[in-house]
Amino acid sequence: MILNDLIQIKEKEMAARKPIVLRCCMAAGCMSSDSKGVKEQLEKAVADAGLQNEVEVRGVGCMKLCCEGPLVAADPQDALYVRVTAANAPSIIAALEGGRAEVAQTDPNAPFFAKQFSIVLANSGVVDPERIESYIAADGYLALHEVLNEMTPKEVVEAMVKCGLRGRGGAGFPTGLKWGTVAKSPGAKKYVICNADEGDPGAFMDRSVLESDPHSVLEGMAIAAYAVGADQGFIYVRAEYPLAIARLQIAIKQAKQMSLLGAGIFESPFSFNVDLRIGAGAFVCGEETALMSSVEGKRGTPRPRPPFPAESGLFGCPTLLNNVETFANVPTIYRKGADWFAAIGTEKSKGTKVFALAGKIKNTGLLEVPMGTPMRKIVEEMGGGAPDGGAIKAVQTGGPSGGCIPAQHLDTPVDYESLGKLGSIMGSGGMIVMDDSTNMVEIARFFMEFCMDESCGKCIPCRAGTVQMHHLLDKIANRQATARDLKKLEELCDLVRNTSLCGLGQTAPNPTLSTLRFFRNEYEALLQPDLYGSHGNGEAKPPTATT
Amino acid sequence: MNASVAKPHKKRMQALLDHASGDKRFKILEVHMKKHQFRQDALIEVLHKAQELFGYLEDDLLLFVSTKLKLPPSRVYGVATFYHFFQLKPQGRHACVVCMGTACYVKGADKIIDAITQKHKVRAGETTADNQLSLLTARCIGACGIAPAVVYDGTVTPRATPETALAQINQWLTP
Repeated sequence: MILNDLIQIKEKEMAARKPIVLRCCMAAGCMSSDSKGVKEQLEKAVADAGLQNEVEVRGVGCMKLCCEGPLVAADPQDALYVRVTAANAPSIIAALEGGRAEVAQTDPNAPFFAKQFSIVLANSGVVDPERIESYIAADGYLALHEVLNEMTPKEVVEAMVKCGLRGRGGAGFPTGLKWGTVAKSPGAKKYVICNADEGDPGAFMDRSVLESDPHSVLEGMAIAAYAVGADQGFIYVRAEYPLAIARLQIAIKQAKQMSLLGAGIFESPFSFNVDLRIGAGAFVCGEETALMSSVEGKRGTPRPRPPFPAESGLFGCPTLLNNVETFANVPTIYRKGADWFAAIGTEKSKGTKVFALAGKIKNTGLLEVPMGTPMRKIVEEMGGGAPDGGAIKAVQTGGPSGGCIPAQHLDTPVDYESLGKLGSIMGSGGMIVMDDSTNMVEIARFFMEFCMDESCGKCIPCRAGTVQMHHLLDKIANRQATARDLKKLEELCDLVRNTSLCGLGQTAPNPTLSTLRFFRNEYEALLQPDLYGSHGNGEAKPPTATT
Repeated sequence: MNASVAKPHKKRMQALLDHASGDKRFKILEVHMKKHQFRQDALIEVLHKAQELFGYLEDDLLLFVSTKLKLPPSRVYGVATFYHFFQLKPQGRHACVVCMGTACYVKGADKIIDAITQKHKVRAGETTADNQLSLLTARCIGACGIAPAVVYDGTVTPRATPETALAQINQWLTP
């Protein structure tokens, strides 16, 4: 494979394009509403109408507005059909020649779509994720070619530092710095790992990226491997995402066939292989040291750092570990330049962020916006606000490690620092909207139960602390607690946060602390009067008889 | 596991291998291990395959894996019990997995669980006494856009309610 082959594939693919394209969403959300049947019927209807030469029915990845699925888009008519059933197919085909289909439509220029800025999701809903040619036609693997032929690994790292990309897994560690550290670590064998163990409940960005555009992740990993000097990569995917696993397997196979993975990529000395590792349902495996332990076939328990994975990671070798969305950003950064990327977003948070909007909101689905976009714009303007005219009470970000942003702070710009100031985190990008019917104590208890179940049991503050905090929250929710229990809960939150071994324990108190900060009245309303009084130091006063 | 460990290990191993030679599934599993060159770090992959073939991981199966990969049984058992995905008990004929991710929870997934528990006397994570139905929960299947989601025997269903869930289970249980 050389550059000419790549261009030829692209030209051949473009020449084969038909004037009308029907894009049919084949991501997991729409598939569960029978989008496969819709696609089959569309193909049949095209054949019945004798339009095979004019119309292409293309299975594509996520088209973002998941709540209205299955979605079908017609180009160039600019029509977006929603909640399509297999029976609607003939009507959609008939409408291609003029007239209006008897199928519900939505405006593809509504704020939900128009205000998005796509880097990671640029190919999502456009290319066929199961055909590498489709990705190449969208300028895929060009960045890898350019990097391998025109840049030294050092220059690749420098460009990454310059663009200012920060890890999209949640903590926001500068990606360029990480790449630089791994590149500098001595060692003949190095690894690149893609963390696709998207464990946060309520987050589905990584799943969508893997299902919609798996090659962008592979290309990003290959560029990273070249930069740090690795020749073996692993993608650690959750077992809960069978479709993403299947699409990745197809993508890896196709890339190998075209020599875009394997030995001597683009006739350079650079070799890179990628293997899949399937998770088995442990939230803690999202933590990097636990993940590596799981890739090694062991129990996924974290270990203290240092040594950091950049020095001693998988099998004791220097290892680069980035999230799916981080890798998916990489090809575009090298294709369009670090300066282009650095101009997007805020001063400290560059680029865009993909959010999974869900919960009590009108438009649920995926959206990608520049960093620093006010949350109000995301939930009210783009998301359409709470359904049935309810009022938004809070927005939860960061899953079980994050917190709740109350309605009065909705004007906060979404970037790493601003969310941190409010006691929440950017997290991987799940955004759950809660309306006034949501009980915040219940939410805190829900997340604590999650952390309690998912604690790996290695360190005591997390193992025992989460159980005790859950017990206290349970007591409060059941109206059996007193002010003293609340005080104890706060002390325990502080202790677990400061003494736990890994991120799971350190952030487990976050949902509780943030709901306590903004919705303390809800907790206090559930408290019972303290029969024994208090000395003010939280100690129980013994019920001494004062006869 | 405790009781079985008491048996002399060698004797038990021989009985197990005799049994395995008559069962095709063990052969398929061994081919799968060979594909991974019997590498010890492929343990999780092998357990995935074993569960796919046998439905759940019984003690003898874990012992078989530990012998073939030359790993101590404690390590195999430790890994199998650590991850939620691995089942150590037989599952019911039908599986109803209710997603309990935040989005599904906010939209009332807990009410679906309550309704099934009440009607069929089975708690989350358990199987009914007649082995017909397993009620399971998932951490988040990433189908938050169509919450609440329920997976009936591997088929994801969007926008579930207690009524639709009970209707589907009813359909399974009526012969």
